[in-house]
Amino acid sequence: MTGTDTEPPIGAAVKDPTAAKGSTEPLLPPEITAQTLGDYVRGLVLRVKSGESGVLPVILSMVIVFVVFWAVSRHHVFISAGNMVNLFQQSAVFIVLGMAEMFALLLGEIDLSLGYLGPLGGAIAIQIIEPGNAGWPWWAGIVLGLLGAALIGLVQGLIITVLRIPSFIVTLAFSLICFGLILKVLAIGPYSGYPSTNGIDRDLRYLHNLMWANVTPAASWISMIVIVGLYSGLVFTRDERRRRSGLVAPPLSLTLIKIAFFSAVGVVLVLICNLNRANIGKLQGVPFFVYIVLGVLAMWTFLLHRTRYGRYVYAIGGNAEAARRAGINVTRIRTMAFVLAGFTGGIAGILYLSQNGGMSNNVNGGQLVLYAVAAAVIGGTSLFGGRGKPRDAILGALVIVMIPNGIGLKPNLGVQHQEVITGIVLLVAASVDAISRRRAMSR
Amino acid sequence: MGDPNGSQRLLEIRGLYKSFGAVQALTDVSMDVPLGHVTALCGDNGAGKSVFIKCISGIYQPDRAEVTWEGRPVHVRNAHDASSLGIETVYQDLALADNLDIVQNMFLGRERLRRGILDEDHMETAAAETLASLRVTTVRSIRQPVGSLSGGQRQSVAVAKAVMWNSRLVIMDEPTAALGVTQTAQVLELIHNLRDRGLAVLVVSHNLNDVFAVADRIAVLHLGRMVAEDRAGAFDRQSVVEYMTTGGVGIKGPSSTDAGREG
Repeated sequence: MTGTDTEPPIGAAVKDPTAAKGSTEPLLPPEITAQTLGDYVRGLVLRVKSGESGVLPVILSMVIVFVVFWAVSRHHVFISAGNMVNLFQQSAVFIVLGMAEMFALLLGEIDLSLGYLGPLGGAIAIQIIEPGNAGWPWWAGIVLGLLGAALIGLVQGLIITVLRIPSFIVTLAFSLICFGLILKVLAIGPYSGYPSTNGIDRDLRYLHNLMWANVTPAASWISMIVIVGLYSGLVFTRDERRRRSGLVAPPLSLTLIKIAFFSAVGVVLVLICNLNRANIGKLQGVPFFVYIVLGVLAMWTFLLHRTRYGRYVYAIGGNAEAARRAGINVTRIRTMAFVLAGFTGGIAGILYLSQNGGMSNNVNGGQLVLYAVAAAVIGGTSLFGGRGKPRDAILGALVIVMIPNGIGLKPNLGVQHQEVITGIVLLVAASVDAISRRRAMSR
Repeated sequence: MGDPNGSQRLLEIRGLYKSFGAVQALTDVSMDVPLGHVTALCGDNGAGKSVFIKCISGIYQPDRAEVTWEGRPVHVRNAHDASSLGIETVYQDLALADNLDIVQNMFLGRERLRRGILDEDHMETAAAETLASLRVTTVRSIRQPVGSLSGGQRQSVAVAKAVMWNSRLVIMDEPTAALGVTQTAQVLELIHNLRDRGLAVLVVSHNLNDVFAVADRIAVLHLGRMVAEDRAGAFDRQSVVEYMTTGGVGIKGPSSTDAGREG
């Protein structure tokens, strides 16, 4: 501190006299320090070199897996439009379940119940809609299914926070309880054991359509333009306003690149989905579940990054004691996180039900939840709390779905390899997280 | 400087007692913390320094005490009462979330909202102003995570967080305990800045170098009793050490608490 009258503004490059001798400047996210695009690229390279690679490992592993399967699949069927849409569809449940798991992971907790809690929401929904049982409208079934899942999340949250039992144990116990409840719920009514979404009932068709129906190609384009336009407008006006007020903001070129990138993703997605992917007849357009996944993503990104609640979730994950001293009701925030995890798990469960054309009594919840954790962690969410974004689950889920998908398309590569490869990818992702954390701490 | 007669009265404590079961932690402790001065509270381990500041900041309830704030009798029941009076405490472990950035930490628990949404622009501007007014200029970006800051910078952020809320009294618990030489100098400079803004600062420390570098007034606790309280000039290093270790009157003994010094 100089104590002179001319004080340089915050962020001006003043050498910190208190910085430890010999250590380099702390490597900050280039978005907040870069004045120009060149600065940004240099900052990014520095960070990657030091192990703070952010979202890069998951994108890199996605590209590698993608290119390998493209090359080895017969007639390159891996990159056919039909298989690309398959990939999205197979990943949808893991994406949403991964976002559910994120609420627990951000607090440094874990929710092992979601693999059965989510499908329980689905089972409740279909049994209520099933004409042989209550025969209620499709939306009532979905709402009650989600409420049921959220309610069980609340019970778990209260046990974890009020009775102070570790979340690992409570959610493990509830994973078993929820499996039992699924069997109970499925035993009701004439279609006991396997209520199906097939048939002519209008409300059951709605459930079926969640995963299997597409919007028309024209509507696909229009909705894509609206979504990308809204997103670009929001990002551009925010960055521009902050640049003008002299607040920390990325350079204009970076904002434009970001917008161009998301526009390109939108265009490519719609181009793929609008290709006719049926062998006979016509099957084209963006599938309906894409909008559901994007809606969940937008909702939770907003909650976690724009509201007090989200800020407190990150604060508790980073330093629960600091949060408590700041007057934050830690118990309420943590309990609510398990409610939100249950609710989001319920959405995933309904998608799971739709994808499988009904709810079976041999749902493999153990594998579902572990893949959900894997999706979040591979995407870059920390197991130690405080770090991660809902979008991580999308990237992570795409990676773990690509592996079995690609191996399935390569018959002479046995199915026994897929679990091994998925396991290795998860191990690498978790190691990257732990090692970059250790480096950051030792600096 | 250092004479409470010429300064503004802020916090005055008379006859504070605090016991935990059979253990009498504080006995008849009286102390003045005037505005515009740095008061150092010294004492050996177990002298009751931490209990005393926790009684002031509302974390503990004293068994008996007369506390006046700007001449009015007050009763601090909890930490919320303390902060609404304008008492902010910077604890030794700083209570910062490493994964949040400087702005987010400074507003933690008191976020500004605009139509229910976090008002990041407003918070960032206010945080930058506070840091600049404390002449904290070494951070590269106000949006960098606190985990990437040096020890002195972290202390600065914790202090800035405390003074942003119109606080009148900033209590700092061992602010330099974990810091190197240059970082300590930075924090002492910051304490002087707080005093120059007219705030009252109460620094708990048993590092006598820091105490004599920064304090206008010195108070010494020994086994739960206030054994000395006076201008810093009335002490020398030797006498403070004697008070801290024996509680006894040194060769150059300044007046003890019951001497008639009303602020």
